[in-house]
Amino acid sequence: MENINSDERHIFSVLVENRFGVLARVAGLFSGRGFNIDSLNVAETHDESISQMTLVTHGDAQIIEQIYQHLNRLIDVIEVTDLTTGTHVERELVLIKLSAEPHERAEILQVAEIFRARVVDVKPTSLTLEITGDEGKLNAAIEVLDIYGILELARTGKIAMLRGVND
Amino acid sequence: MNQSPFSNALQTTELSGARSLVESLKREGVEYIFGVNGGAAMPIFDALYGETDIKLIPMRHEQGCSHAADGYARATGKVGVALATSGPGATNLVTGIATAYMDSIPMVAITGQVFTHYIGSDAFQECDVIGVTRPICKHSYLIKSSDEVADVVAEAFHIARTGKPGPVVIDIAKDAQMKEAPYHYPASVDIRSYKPQVHGDPGQIAKAAELIKQAKRPMLYAGGGVVLADASAELRELTLKTGIPITVTLMGLGAFPETHPLAMEMPGMHGSCCANYAFTDSDLVVAIGARFDDRVTGDLGKFAPNAKKIHIDIDASCIGKNVLIDVPIVGDAKSVLTELNKQVGRADIDAWRAQIQEWKQKYPFEYEQKGDKVMPQYVIEQIYEHYSDAIVVADVGQHQMWAAQYFKFTEPRQWLNSGGLGTMGFSLPAAIGAQLGCPDKTVVNINGDGSYIMTIQELVPAITLKLPLKIFIINNMYLGMVRQWQELFHGKRYSAVDYHDNPDFAMLAQAFGATGLRVEHVEDVRPALQKAKGIDDGPVVIDFIVAEEENVFPMVPAGAGLGDVIRGLS
Repeated sequence: MENINSDERHIFSVLVENRFGVLARVAGLFSGRGFNIDSLNVAETHDESISQMTLVTHGDAQIIEQIYQHLNRLIDVIEVTDLTTGTHVERELVLIKLSAEPHERAEILQVAEIFRARVVDVKPTSLTLEITGDEGKLNAAIEVLDIYGILELARTGKIAMLRGVND
Repeated sequence: MNQSPFSNALQTTELSGARSLVESLKREGVEYIFGVNGGAAMPIFDALYGETDIKLIPMRHEQGCSHAADGYARATGKVGVALATSGPGATNLVTGIATAYMDSIPMVAITGQVFTHYIGSDAFQECDVIGVTRPICKHSYLIKSSDEVADVVAEAFHIARTGKPGPVVIDIAKDAQMKEAPYHYPASVDIRSYKPQVHGDPGQIAKAAELIKQAKRPMLYAGGGVVLADASAELRELTLKTGIPITVTLMGLGAFPETHPLAMEMPGMHGSCCANYAFTDSDLVVAIGARFDDRVTGDLGKFAPNAKKIHIDIDASCIGKNVLIDVPIVGDAKSVLTELNKQVGRADIDAWRAQIQEWKQKYPFEYEQKGDKVMPQYVIEQIYEHYSDAIVVADVGQHQMWAAQYFKFTEPRQWLNSGGLGTMGFSLPAAIGAQLGCPDKTVVNINGDGSYIMTIQELVPAITLKLPLKIFIINNMYLGMVRQWQELFHGKRYSAVDYHDNPDFAMLAQAFGATGLRVEHVEDVRPALQKAKGIDDGPVVIDFIVAEEENVFPMVPAGAGLGDVIRGLS
């Protein structure tokens, strides 16, 4: 028998009641059952009674199915969508504070331009950039900018959405 | 004095949160609340004082409250209610909540909480009960304002009893119990994020029916879900209509009569050889409200290797969790079986049925009489002979397995035990709940010497309530099941299992105020059981001193396949 152990990354969009303790229920489900969370992002939607969680996880097909079912089983979970089953857009945002002496600034700004980064703060010896994009773009930007010395970095989890109009 | 404030149909009466709670519990048809009083729950107990529609049953330990509520729920199918104070009161409920959760028992556990302005301050008797119980309950609520009470109670009962049933925790801050607010009980509950699937997919059911028609060696494998769904009649119809042999798990015992020729009895670690061999040889396993627990399947790699699998379960997350399933059917067992029964006929499997009969006859549950010892299996056989119609509440350990093997259950809800969590100490308080819920039935508690003493304090309310419980202790002076494993797998190194320092349980029963008998000789077993029948004004405790080192067989060692069962004898 061929051993197929395809560990795949999945992004779940989870709509939940915007209520006390919901995040703990979702996080507790993952820790209690030994599932992985790579990143988790939570925020209110346009309907203030509903929050949207974007949850990145990985596992083989059986684990992913279990994660889907167990999320659905939580009373406060309204809807679970595995975005990786359809074409979707995913974005992250990163804030990067760089060491930037006055003579380096122009060069850094050129690099920033390539990644469509925005300068959100400048100080005599530092510079803070904001970059949005998918995981690959952000990783590439971080790699290049690290040459100048990253002092601090804050990165959101992923948010994602299916393309086109939902039924 | 105790008239409902709604007797005049005043819909907007102002009530304290505690009064609202009691009123709401009445609306849900609650008959009994099992409670232990304490600081942060005092307003609720005050609201229950003198209450006649709901009877408050004071237990002696909060663990007794949750087990009694659980036993009531298992015996009646209704939602059991436990009540405790904050902090230690709530943490003491936890074992009983976890027990109910593992076996999907409908329960509402209510805990007092410190004043809202103290929450998070490490106040006296404060504990994050919602946090502690999160992984062991179906859902939970923290009530911080009295106007939330009615809606929360209505939702909690709805969630506890529908879908896959389970315990729901309601934690109420003390100020929310005391403050008054307008009271209105919702006429119905609609939770947008909670819509259990009751009816199975017709296409899947048709596929299942087709597989059943084609199978040459099919078997039914039914579990506690059949009992929970009150689908015993539908299960019987399926079995009798198709003539397919059936095994019923520890949690489902009684869902199909074990006295019937098609019954292969319980499967798994201490199950019948017949059921285990059937799994190994079968070409189609139809699982109904059973969850392929490790104690049933043994080594998953060797479990039913040649069988296609149909799995009917209300909980989609249960399907495919342990075993790959060919035809999953999410739905309520009663509804799905009703549809399936319309599409199946008599199975043409005479050779397979003959094989099953051969195994049944060749490998029955059996034991050897050792000297003049009272054999524990003999005691169970005699209990069955004397109390075959009784509700049997077992604890956890060797006596539980012997009871499951040698008592032949014929009705659902006749056998109550902590199958999933395996909670020692469950049975005495659960028997109290069962007896209150079923006053016309005889309730037999089969206990072990280790488990009995874990919740022995609940003998007090049993006596006070004059409950005619038959408490039979299978006393082998050991933590027997662990001792058996030590004998077989740890070179007889009997670490922390020697219970020869047990008290004299008969004398102890008398000290509590119950009838206590001690049986040390085989010839005294029947007269003692006969005598117990005549005692109906309170509990009777019989301490059966049995063979000390008797083992439970058959046994599938942990990690082995079902085909590798050790039969024990011959």
